[in-house]
Amino acid sequence: MKKTQEYLEESLIKPKTLAEVRAMIVAHKRNDFIFASIGLFTIIFALLTLLILFIDLVMDGYPKINYQFFTDFPSRRAANAGILSAWVGSALVMLVTFLTAVPMGVASGVYLEEYAPKNWFTDIIEINVTNLAGVPSIIYGLLALGLFVYTLHLGTSIVTAGLTLGLLMLPIVIVSTREAIRSIPVAIREAAYAVGATKWQVVLHHVIQYAFGGILTGIIIGMARALGETAPVITIGALTFIAFLPPAPLINEAPFISFEWLQSGFTVLPIQMFSWLSRPEHVFHINAAAAGAVIIMLTLVMNGTAIWLRYRIRKNIKW
Amino acid sequence: MKSNKIKSLGLAALVASTLSFSYNVQAAVKTIPIDGSSTVYPITEAVAEDFQKKTGTKVTVGVSGTGGGFKKFCRGETMISNASRPISQKEMDACAENGITYIELAVAYDALTVVVNKNNDWAKSMTVDELNKVWAPGSSVKNWKDVNPAWPNQPMKLFGPGADSGTFDYFTEAIVGRAKASRSDFTASEDDNVLVTGVAGDKGGMGYFGLAYYLENKDKLGSVAIVAKGKTNGVQPSEQSVMDGTYQPLSRPLFIYVNGTKGAFDKDVKAFVDYYLANAPKLVKEVKYVPLNTTEYSAVTKHWQSKKPGTGFGGKNEVGLKIEDLISRIKD
Repeated sequence: MKKTQEYLEESLIKPKTLAEVRAMIVAHKRNDFIFASIGLFTIIFALLTLLILFIDLVMDGYPKINYQFFTDFPSRRAANAGILSAWVGSALVMLVTFLTAVPMGVASGVYLEEYAPKNWFTDIIEINVTNLAGVPSIIYGLLALGLFVYTLHLGTSIVTAGLTLGLLMLPIVIVSTREAIRSIPVAIREAAYAVGATKWQVVLHHVIQYAFGGILTGIIIGMARALGETAPVITIGALTFIAFLPPAPLINEAPFISFEWLQSGFTVLPIQMFSWLSRPEHVFHINAAAAGAVIIMLTLVMNGTAIWLRYRIRKNIKW
Repeated sequence: MKSNKIKSLGLAALVASTLSFSYNVQAAVKTIPIDGSSTVYPITEAVAEDFQKKTGTKVTVGVSGTGGGFKKFCRGETMISNASRPISQKEMDACAENGITYIELAVAYDALTVVVNKNNDWAKSMTVDELNKVWAPGSSVKNWKDVNPAWPNQPMKLFGPGADSGTFDYFTEAIVGRAKASRSDFTASEDDNVLVTGVAGDKGGMGYFGLAYYLENKDKLGSVAIVAKGKTNGVQPSEQSVMDGTYQPLSRPLFIYVNGTKGAFDKDVKAFVDYYLANAPKLVKEVKYVPLNTTEYSAVTKHWQSKKPGTGFGGKNEVGLKIEDLISRIKD
């Protein structure tokens, strides 16, 4: 006890005059102000840049953003060219990505956080998962080309693209799941155990429920990233011109659900945009701007939904 | 106990999903898959669009570049490959290994255009030797007056396509004399619109790309007339000068390669190529490339009907060849 006190006394700042203390407060307040200003400036600068880019895209693409743009196939005539095959392709690829990456990612996150023993092996897994989240996307494309296209013979199809982007998104989902779980107070778990819940019940009824907001944010951030990816999708051989839609998932004969669309060729929005951008004719650059605006709007809608859902869920948590 | 149950459930789901995927692999939709060069893409896209509207046969076109396209083609994944240069020896070997033959069909011309800034009023025409001096590997030319003492003291800024592009291969072959031999200290981009912006923004800028990009940006760029070896007059790139063969050595043929085993005898692929050749003169012009002349198209059509596989180049790119000569070189 005494030792601590001595230490404290030694470390105490020597007494100062009132003027000195006031000067110190003023200096600290000034530093606070400078730091806050830098922070504010940075965020305004980033937002303004995005806003200007977005407004520029919308203004360039404005003449094209109409109902027809969404219902027309690509064409050599810029006026008739639309993004039907691109947005349907993007949506289907995202569906496969969602269905693979989310269950796997959430399950891995829960396992690593709740079940896995803490040893060197799980440490290695942990480090690798965190590293994977930062690997350039083209690497995933090369991996997918070797694994899904050449080894598993899934072809250049929606399922290949979905799985590739699923891999890309997986580490993001795992990391955010773990972080969301870690933020749950230990008391909640202990309370559940105290009333006799099994580990599985604790995880299912409490951990996942309370962590859902955070997990959701991770999922949507991952999906938004996957939506804008071009490099891995080009690597596995996505098409540029495709003027038909994949087979419908619902058919009018038994068993009423068809998975044929998974094997279909496809293109996605960023590829369509890039293809138009690299054409010589300037009229196509308007289409490219319109497609870009659509991608940004989709991303904004996704992020907005994530924020709204998180808010709703947080409001409902009562502990 | 509980976690064991989950494990077996997960395993069952995994097995089920794998089974359903592998089952569906067999049920592929009948389409004509095409891939390859981004230069040839606009032409094939135009044909595919019209053909699909007319017949209902599904056609897909990818852009993997000439090399990437041949890789898929030689594995039998595509029926037709777009190519902005002839098939190389390595690609010929790859195709032979997989037992895939090909029918080489020229479909259009492209004129590589040397462009300069709009305010460049001195380099109205350049000889092949002058261009070689600028673009040769290790070239030390950094100023326009280094090329021709009569030209002003203006620093030169160079723009060109990336080393993976067929345009780069052809230009270096035609100007330097060896494919891919080029100085490397220039701004390279796979996107020709980036090159347009670069040359348009620098008074001393110089670059090269396909004619279509120049025609679309005439207001921002100037084109250089090319003086072929042994000639004295410079020739401007144009549909006229490419078709009559005077724009040399920078006009190059563009090709499609049709799978000669499965493709050429498939009803739909055959109908597509027939449609391609019949409509090429009109559609090629529409997408701002230069069509072959009538005799050349009829020679190509005759060659297609004979279904004779092989290449007229023997794995090497050559500059300034006549289409008819190319075809006659293909031996049985």
